[in-house]
Amino acid sequence: MSYVTINKEACIGCGACVDVCPQSALYMKDDKVEVNEKCNLCGACIDACPVNALSIPREIKDSACLADYRGVWVLVEHDGKKPVNVTYELIGEGRKLAEKRNTYVGVVLLGNNVSHMIDDLGSYGADKVFLCQSPVLEHYRTEAYGDVIVDMVKAYKPEIVLSGATTQGRDLAGFVATILETGLTADCTGLDIDENGNLLQTRPAFGGNIMATILCPNTRPQMSTVRPKVFPVPEKTDKKPEVINFDFDFSKITIRTEVLEYLPFEEKISLADAEIIVSGGRGLGKPENFEIIKEFADTIGAAVGASRAAVDAGWISYEHQVGQTGKTVRPKIYIACGISGSVQHLAGMKHSDIIIAINKDPEAPIFKVASFGIVGDVMTIIPLMTKELKKRMNA
Amino acid sequence: MRVVVCIKQVPDTTEVKINPETNTLMREGVQSIVNPFDEFAIEEGIRIQEKFGGEPIVITMGPPQAEEALKTALAMGCDKAYLVSDRAFAGSDTLATAYTLASAIKKIEQTDGPVDVVLCGKQAIDGDTGQVGPGIAVRMNIPPLTYVSKIREIDPEKKTIIVERLMERGKEVVKCSLPVLITVVKDINSPRYPSLFEIKKAAKKPMIKLGLADIGIPENRTGLKGSPTWVNKVFSPELKSVNGEIFQGDPEECAVKLVDRLINLGKGVSL
Ligand SMILES: Cc1cc2nc3c(=O)[nH]c(=O)nc-3n(C[C@H](O)[C@H](O)[C@H](O)COP(=O)(O)OP(=O)(O)OC[C@H]3O[C@@H](n4cnc5c(N)ncnc54)[C@H](O)[C@@H]3O)c2cc1C
Ligand SMILES: Nc1ncnc2c1ncn2[C@@H]1O[C@H](COP(=O)(O)O)[C@@H](O)[C@H]1O
Repeated sequence: MSYVTINKEACIGCGACVDVCPQSALYMKDDKVEVNEKCNLCGACIDACPVNALSIPREIKDSACLADYRGVWVLVEHDGKKPVNVTYELIGEGRKLAEKRNTYVGVVLLGNNVSHMIDDLGSYGADKVFLCQSPVLEHYRTEAYGDVIVDMVKAYKPEIVLSGATTQGRDLAGFVATILETGLTADCTGLDIDENGNLLQTRPAFGGNIMATILCPNTRPQMSTVRPKVFPVPEKTDKKPEVINFDFDFSKITIRTEVLEYLPFEEKISLADAEIIVSGGRGLGKPENFEIIKEFADTIGAAVGASRAAVDAGWISYEHQVGQTGKTVRPKIYIACGISGSVQHLAGMKHSDIIIAINKDPEAPIFKVASFGIVGDVMTIIPLMTKELKKRMNA
Repeated sequence: MRVVVCIKQVPDTTEVKINPETNTLMREGVQSIVNPFDEFAIEEGIRIQEKFGGEPIVITMGPPQAEEALKTALAMGCDKAYLVSDRAFAGSDTLATAYTLASAIKKIEQTDGPVDVVLCGKQAIDGDTGQVGPGIAVRMNIPPLTYVSKIREIDPEKKTIIVERLMERGKEVVKCSLPVLITVVKDINSPRYPSLFEIKKAAKKPMIKLGLADIGIPENRTGLKGSPTWVNKVFSPELKSVNGEIFQGDPEECAVKLVDRLINLGKGVSL
C-alpha cells in the first residue's frame, strides 16, 4: 500500500514534481510536497525533483540467479518464405547489445519447412538459430508458438528476448512473458544496456507526449517488443550460424485455435517498403484533394501516407496512417503535405532519411525536422510540382 | 452466454501537451475518459448479449474515481459493474494488472457463473502496450484472439467462435473454442451514445467493489511488488532541429526549386 516516498527534510518546496504528476496526486502544504491516494507510482516526479527528495520504495532481489541467463534472442517473424524486415533490424540491434554483454545473438525460428531461412538469418548476424519445425506450426498461432518458446527459454535461459512490435510480435510476447512471469516492455524505440546488465528500454507513453525508460531488474529474460523501422537493417556477411534443433512434444498441449484462411490486402505500393512516401494531412481540407497527392505520388513512384487527422476525417483508409497509432515508416524521402508535425505523427516517420514539408504555416513543427520545405498552400504547390516533374521527366 | 468487458480509465492524451518552456507535462484540463478502444469492446459485448441473451458485466481496475468509467459503460448498456480497487494494486505493470484482473474475473465467475467471452480493447492509450489482454488470457487459461476486427459467428451450442483478425498485410480468419479472450480494434463497430434515459437507469445498476481481500490474492503478486518492470526515467521527446532549406515566396519558383532538390535526392532512389 505504497505511494511515492517523500523525504520532507530534503524537499525545498519548489513544486516541480506537482507540475509533472500526470495523476494530480501531488500538492503543496506548508511549503512541502504531499501525496494523495491518486498516486499510482508512475515515477514521473522522481526525475523532476532537483534535490532527489522523492523515491519509489522498491526491493532489489539477489541477482545471483540472474547470472545464469546469457544471450540475446530475437523471435523471427516470417511469412513462410522469408523473415520480415523487423527481424533483421532486431538482429542488428541485438548484436550491439550482445557485444556489450559479451554474449551471442540467437534467433528463434518456428514454422513448417522453414529451414531455408537459416543461412539468411546467419548472414544478418545470428550466431545461433533455435529451430523448431512441425506441421502444427504451419500458421502462426499464439498458443502453439508461445508454448514452444516458453520451453526454449526455460531450456537455454536467454538474458534478453526481443520481438517486433507487430500484431504477431506483441501477441506472442505478451503471452510468453506472462507464462514466464517476467517483465515485458512494449513498443520500444530505444535500447541500451547498463553496467549491471539491465536493459534500458525506452518507449513513448501518453500518446507519444512523454518518453519513459523501463527496467526489469529482478527477473529474466528481459523482454521487449521493438517498433519496426527504428533500427537499420544490418550489413550482410557470409557467416554461417550454429543450428540447435529443438524437439517439442505437441501432444502435451491443446491448441484451441485454427486458422481458416488469410485474406491479404491489395496495396499498390506498401507503405512499409516504399522508398518515397507522400503523406497528406488535415491541411488538404477535403477528400477530393487527396487526388492531388495521389497524382503527385504516382508521378514519382511513391506510396501514399496520411496523418491521423486525415484518416479520422474519413478522407483515406486507416492502412495509410503513419504515426504512433499507425505505421512506422523509414523511407529515403518523406514528403509531408499539410501536416503540422505532432509528436504522434513524428513518432512514425522521424527516422526517414530526408523529410520534406509543405505547409502554409511557417511555425508548423514539421519544418523543424524538414531538410527541405516550402511555406505555401499545398493545393497550389503540389500541382505545380507535379507539372514541373512531368516536364523534366519527359525532357 | 456471459460476457465480461475490461475497461480502463485513461487521461485523454489528445489533451496532454508538453509545456515547451519547462519541458513538462501540462495536465491542466486533462479529462479522464474511457480508453477509446474499450468503447468498442463495450459495444461488442452489448451486441453479443443482445443477440444471445445474458447481461454484460464490465470491470475495471483502478483508483476509486475509475467508477466514472464504469458508469459510462453501464449507461451504454452493461448491466453490472465491478470496480477492482485497493491501495495494494497501485503501481501494477501489465503482468500484475493481468494477474489481478484475471483473479477478479475468476472470483466473479463464482457468483455470476462461468464466463464465455472476455473482451478488451487492443491497447490503452496511456501505456499503449496491448499486453494486458493476452496476459489475462494466460492467467485464465483461455486462448487469446487479439486485434479482432469482426466476429463472424458464435455457436453457443458447439461453443465455438469465428473471428477476423486485422494484421499488417491482411486479415486472418480464425476459429476457436469458447471461452475466449478477444481484444478489439476500432473497425469492429461504432459504439452507441447513451441516452438520457439509459444514464438515469444506469444509476440503479449494481456497482460492486472488490479489494485485495475480496479477490483473495497474495499481496506480493500485485501492485508494485508483483511488477517486474520499473519506470526508471520519464522525459520529453526531443526534436533535433535540422535547419533545413525552407523556401518561401512565389509558389512557382518555390516548386521549381524543390523539384530540383527532389531530383537530386532522387538519383539514389528509383525516381
Ligand atoms: C494516442 C494518440 C495517438 C495518435 N496517433 C497518431 C498517429 O498515429 N498518426 C498521426 O498522424 N497522428 C496521431 N495522433 C494525432 C496527432 O496528435 C495530431 O492530431 C495529428 O497528427 C494531426 O494531423 P495533421 O497534422 O494532419 O493536422 P493538423 O495538426 O490540423 O495540421 C494541419 C496542418 O496543415 C496546414 N495547412 C492547412 N491548410 C493548408 C494548406 N492549404 N496548404 C498547406 N498547409 C496547410 C496547417 O498549417 C497545419 O500545420 C495521435 C494522437 C493521440 C492522442
Ligand atoms: N486497469 C485495467 N482495468 C481493466 N482493464 C484493463 C486495465 N488495464 C488494461 N485493461 C484492458 O486491457 C486492454 C489493453 O491495455 P494495455 O495492455 O494497458 O494497453 C485495455 O484496452 C483494457 O481492455
